[in-house]
Amino acid sequence: MQIVTFTRSTPDTAARVEVGSDGKITWGGASTVVNPWDEYALEEAIVQAKNIGGKATVIAIGPEMHSEALKHSLAMGLDEAVRIEDPALDPVDGLSYAAAAAAAVNKLEDVKLVLFGKEAVDVGTDQHTVMIARKLGFPLLTSVSKILAIDTAAGTIQVERTLEGGKQVVTSSLPVVISVTKEINEPRYPSFIGIRKASKATIPVWSLADLGVSLPVRRTVVNAYSNLPPRSVEVEMIDGEPAVQAKLLVDRLLEEKVL
Amino acid sequence: MTVLVWIETEGGKAKPTSWEAVGAGKLIADGFGVGVTAVVLGENAAGVAQEALKFGASSALACDDPTLTTYRFEAYAPILSKLVADRSPKALVAVATAAGRELAAAVAADTDSAILSEVVELSVADGQVVATRPVYAGKLLSQAASTGEGTVCVTIRARAFKAPAEGAASGSVETIPAVLAEDSIRTKVVSFEAEAGTVNLTDAAIIISGGRGMANNPKDAPAGVENAEIWKAQDAFANVLQPLADVLGGAIGASRAAVDAGYISYAHQVGQTGKTVSPDLYIACAISGAIQHQAGMRTSKVIVAINKDAEAPIFKMARYGLVGDVFQIVPALTAELKARLGK
Ligand SMILES: Cc1cc2nc3c(=O)[nH]c(=O)nc-3n(C[C@H](O)[C@H](O)[C@H](O)COP(=O)(O)OP(=O)(O)OC[C@H]3O[C@@H](n4cnc5c(N)ncnc54)[C@H](O)[C@@H]3O)c2cc1C
Ligand SMILES: Nc1ncnc2c1ncn2[C@@H]1O[C@H](COP(=O)(O)O)[C@@H](O)[C@H]1O
Repeated sequence: MQIVTFTRSTPDTAARVEVGSDGKITWGGASTVVNPWDEYALEEAIVQAKNIGGKATVIAIGPEMHSEALKHSLAMGLDEAVRIEDPALDPVDGLSYAAAAAAAVNKLEDVKLVLFGKEAVDVGTDQHTVMIARKLGFPLLTSVSKILAIDTAAGTIQVERTLEGGKQVVTSSLPVVISVTKEINEPRYPSFIGIRKASKATIPVWSLADLGVSLPVRRTVVNAYSNLPPRSVEVEMIDGEPAVQAKLLVDRLLEEKVL
Repeated sequence: MTVLVWIETEGGKAKPTSWEAVGAGKLIADGFGVGVTAVVLGENAAGVAQEALKFGASSALACDDPTLTTYRFEAYAPILSKLVADRSPKALVAVATAAGRELAAAVAADTDSAILSEVVELSVADGQVVATRPVYAGKLLSQAASTGEGTVCVTIRARAFKAPAEGAASGSVETIPAVLAEDSIRTKVVSFEAEAGTVNLTDAAIIISGGRGMANNPKDAPAGVENAEIWKAQDAFANVLQPLADVLGGAIGASRAAVDAGYISYAHQVGQTGKTVSPDLYIACAISGAIQHQAGMRTSKVIVAINKDAEAPIFKMARYGLVGDVFQIVPALTAELKARLGK
């Protein structure tokens, strides 16, 4: 039995991200981090693998830079890591990503649970999770804030989901695709020993041929990335006693017609 | 040939932002010279479909079935996928709410269609849909286009597109069947516990947000309170910020520091790991304006910053800056607004 989770590296959230004159995205000298949302999924994969007596495998799709996230995952305590790279996946769009990811899950044996973080902080669409679930034909549970029970013998799972209007308890058959929220756990920090072990690990790289999958026709292209138009607003400081500041601000807001 | 627009409902009523999806759908439909067909699923589908005709849809499809009463991904997705497979619309448009996002992605996967998500601008050029959307937490814009024939699944950011004005209805409502029977639905809802005072930040036209500084409430915590800091901050959210939100009809937001410290629930968090909002007016109270906070609110039309530190980064992105103590300025502002707006 195993639990699979996906992750990748994203620029540090404090990085200054820019589009250079060559149209390529740079984030200066800033480092990459494991996608912050995925830390919760990684933690949950470790916990639940122990819980069901199986192993936890983490997969990244993309070039070498994503090995960082995989090493971080191994250092946290994931059992195995795999990276998928293929020229045909560069650049990757939602459909081809889902096809490759679903093929990777199918290649692994006896997968009960596929875990994702809420979204990737950089391109953040949270569409990948859904698309993989549909390609795998597994049910999907998003915004899971607690795994209440997994019964591998009966092939069922019960979870709590945090939705906009409240909390929902829902059951599903296994295998299932889940995305987790930050309420689900406190991700652990990699231990010193974990970091040492991970730094020595060689991470297998699978190509599309290894996965035995051909990609669907590409349906979208990114034409260009651009920097935000410079903010044309100049800040106007409103000074004075609080009552004066309040009066002047209300004058301005009425002029702006936002009240 | 048409453009399908999914109208999200809640308790048998259309969510107000759904009409923005009709507006966005019309942009695409006009580019192809076709009409907009609204799709309504669940409780009172036919009633809402009728209403969609007044908001610019040229026809509407309604499906009300016991499996659909409240939103369920597994029951809703195959209906939209089947419509797309059967009718090959030019596009399927939904608002990028939690449900809209997952449905659009499911339809794209089920039908191998293009997907453009969380877009803020749309056009049609040379028979392709072109969309702009913020990426890297709003630090950059990406411009993407569909390629080839087929349907494009589009989700739009709330408040980025205008809803058509309400007018006279033309066109008719067609009833369609559900796709999955209850027996073949693998996820089952066991219980639902509604939370009081839900926050609807993404739809709000005015947002008042509080940060870590809300704990500097000069009011003393009552004796015996376990954590005076949390009490002070919660009191400040309830009795300083909420009255301002009430006069303005606004919603309450918060920084992550305030949420992490337990001052207010996560549902209020604005920023990279919280909600992305773009209200007409955003008032940041005792928030320093870290880049991750900016990521969630930088597209607000008018930003007001109230902070005692004149060097706080929030002033760099604000339209109006007030240096001072929120515990003096906010009550003064509330009083002034009450007087001026006659409330
Ligand atoms: C991966 C990651 C994701 C993150 N995601 C988010 C996110 O989604 N949203 C978010 O907000 N942050 C996020 N952060 C955290 C962010 O970096 C900041 O730590 C956070 O926004 C700071 O919150 P704050 O402005 O309330 O607190 P502080 O930075 O401590 O600022 C408090 C401000 O209050 C002012 N102040 C204090 N008392 C008063 C008073 N009486 N009157 C007036 N002003 C007063 C101070 O001058 C100060 O400027 C994230 C960080 C990371 C690493
Ligand atoms: N190239 C990738 N490799 C592995 N995981 C990914 C990749 N892209 C997105 N994900 C994961 O998919 C989830 C949703 O991401 P997104 O749809 O990009 O917002 C997150 O948990 C991401 O870490």
